[in-house]
Amino acid sequence: MKKKKQNEPKRNVSFSQFGSYNLLFEYFITHGLEQNYVRPPEITKRTMELGNRNSPDFVCSPFKFTLGCFLEAIEAGADTIVQVGGVVACRLKYYGSMQKKIIEDLGYDIRFVNLAEASREDPRSFLALFRKINPDFSLVKILRTGITVVAMLEALDRVQLTVSKNAGFELRDGDFDREFRRFCGRLLKSPNDPISVYRIYRETKKNMRAIPTDVPEHPLRIAVIGEYYTVMDDYSSHNIEKKMAKYGMRVERWMNVSHTLLHYSAPKRRKIIRDYVQYDMGVTTTSNVGFALECAKKGFDGIIQLKSFGCTPEIDAMPVLRSISSDYDIPILFFSFDCQNADTGIETRLEAFYDMIRLKKEAQLKSGAPERAAAAI
Amino acid sequence: MKKAYLGVDVGSISTKGVIIDENKKILAGEYLYTKGDPMNAVRTLLRRLEQQFDAAERTVVAVGTTGSARKLIGAVLNAAVVKNEITAHAIGTTNIHPDVRTIFEIGGQDSKIIILRGGVVTDYAMNTLCAAGTGAFISNQAARLDIPVEEFGAIAMRSNDPTPIAARCTVFAESDLVHKVQIGCSKEDICAGLCRAVVLNYLNNVAKGKKIEPPIVFQGGVSKNIGVVRAFENETGQEIIVDENGHLAGAFGAAILAMRSGEERPFDFAVTEMDFKITGKSCGRCANNCEVIRVFRDGEMIDSWGNRCERGAAKA
Repeated sequence: MKKKKQNEPKRNVSFSQFGSYNLLFEYFITHGLEQNYVRPPEITKRTMELGNRNSPDFVCSPFKFTLGCFLEAIEAGADTIVQVGGVVACRLKYYGSMQKKIIEDLGYDIRFVNLAEASREDPRSFLALFRKINPDFSLVKILRTGITVVAMLEALDRVQLTVSKNAGFELRDGDFDREFRRFCGRLLKSPNDPISVYRIYRETKKNMRAIPTDVPEHPLRIAVIGEYYTVMDDYSSHNIEKKMAKYGMRVERWMNVSHTLLHYSAPKRRKIIRDYVQYDMGVTTTSNVGFALECAKKGFDGIIQLKSFGCTPEIDAMPVLRSISSDYDIPILFFSFDCQNADTGIETRLEAFYDMIRLKKEAQLKSGAPERAAAAI
Repeated sequence: MKKAYLGVDVGSISTKGVIIDENKKILAGEYLYTKGDPMNAVRTLLRRLEQQFDAAERTVVAVGTTGSARKLIGAVLNAAVVKNEITAHAIGTTNIHPDVRTIFEIGGQDSKIIILRGGVVTDYAMNTLCAAGTGAFISNQAARLDIPVEEFGAIAMRSNDPTPIAARCTVFAESDLVHKVQIGCSKEDICAGLCRAVVLNYLNNVAKGKKIEPPIVFQGGVSKNIGVVRAFENETGQEIIVDENGHLAGAFGAAILAMRSGEERPFDFAVTEMDFKITGKSCGRCANNCEVIRVFRDGEMIDSWGNRCERGAAKA
């Protein structure tokens, strides 16, 4: 019986593009579940159009992006699709079941593995899903790879943070980006143990420290918050972090997978924001409002909120963010993205935001209070 | 030869230009409709500015551009400064009204609010994703009612009882308006209702959560509509300042920024006689198909943009 199963051809598994996290899935599928992995093509306008055409019009844009990625992955030979979901209280919960139906209706015969069907409280529920990908998986390999992937996740997010914070000050264009991509490539080829991952991480950090930068005495510090997918995926956010880096902003983003999955304490954040919010408004609002407040207290120069158009929890967070903005005199810029093509409007608003906080900061540095420094400008 | 600075503001509906001297005095100013052809609008604009300008006494040493076509026109005019319209408006307005604390701006396709304290911008907002409550909407509805848009405000002023019209969204506002017309409301009341709807839409969306403090300056094409000005006064309970050069504030700001930049680049009014060609072409090197824009002057490429990566960089 067992032998027969092993002779089954390997499945071609794929997951959608999502920041740089795709590589973790790839590693887990190839090393842990020992199947083939089909890398979804980079997100392009075509991905967006495919997703758009086959999605409900008013669904949030991550649904459209991930669906587009799945369809392109299927074209590239994928026969098994993995989608995340889980415990969150927003539309993400229904992504998997909706997309499965849409893909089936399009006539594709694929296996759809919906992680929303598993629960963190019951680890065995994950094994049932793994079995859908490889009925004959080895628990030892899964556990071993799982540990490596968690180490990779930690390393990836820390390196990403370093890039966000420092890319604005690099002397040679693209240095941090190049080192980051080299790092991702090395992770994929890493031996299956956390020590090797740590070694790659340390070397990358060292290389990044060696990148020549020019940090001003008082850099502009901007907190980036918002909806999960849009904040972390460059294509969805119209490369906003890169645009910010061009203006020499120091981007501080708390929101990433390791922070939310491994290092997040909801009670702690709730306590921090209790003067503003008495209950959770769903998904990431508590953590976003909490981080925004922390940054406001630290004297950051601005907050930027990114979300997909119609993201209800993040819209609910807006009045709270406005209160924080006026209480701490910290400007806030709201962006809602859907599937628009033109960058011009985004650049106009971002440039104006930059001009505003820069002039405000210069005025403050000159005399401590903006009202008095005004005459100088 | 004395120096002068040119500021050009190319918006979706109108194109504005001013020339100033070293003391920020306006030497020439012009306003005309863009009519969907920014290149041609700028050509006409420059010809008219040239007539008002004494070229024997002064030369334009730097150009600043702003407005939604700022990049294109900036390339064509070899601008020293290409600046977003929010900053340009703030700079221009504070030079006319140094004590301004709130700027309302409603243009053809967008609307914004700028909050200033002590001459420094401390907050701003711009409408997103939707053109409700902008000049284009009023123009459309004026056409529907068969009223010249220039008279719209005056007609609204004759109303004693503005008809309530939904302020949420142009689609709702428009269907409300159609119904009000059909049940027999007077044109005066409908115009006044529409002015009020535009103001409520602005205050509820763009200006949401902003501390509106006087002095308030109202700019943009819609500020020429007296009905909207009156509705703003009624809703805010404050005096609304509209000055005759308000529509030039963006161009004025761009000219000041060009002067402040300290950068001098040759400019010649003869640019209107040159042959400019703009091509937009899909890159085709990957599925993203970036739209790469190339600007040619007399057959020679002077600028290009639109590519996301190096592969799409246009070769001269």
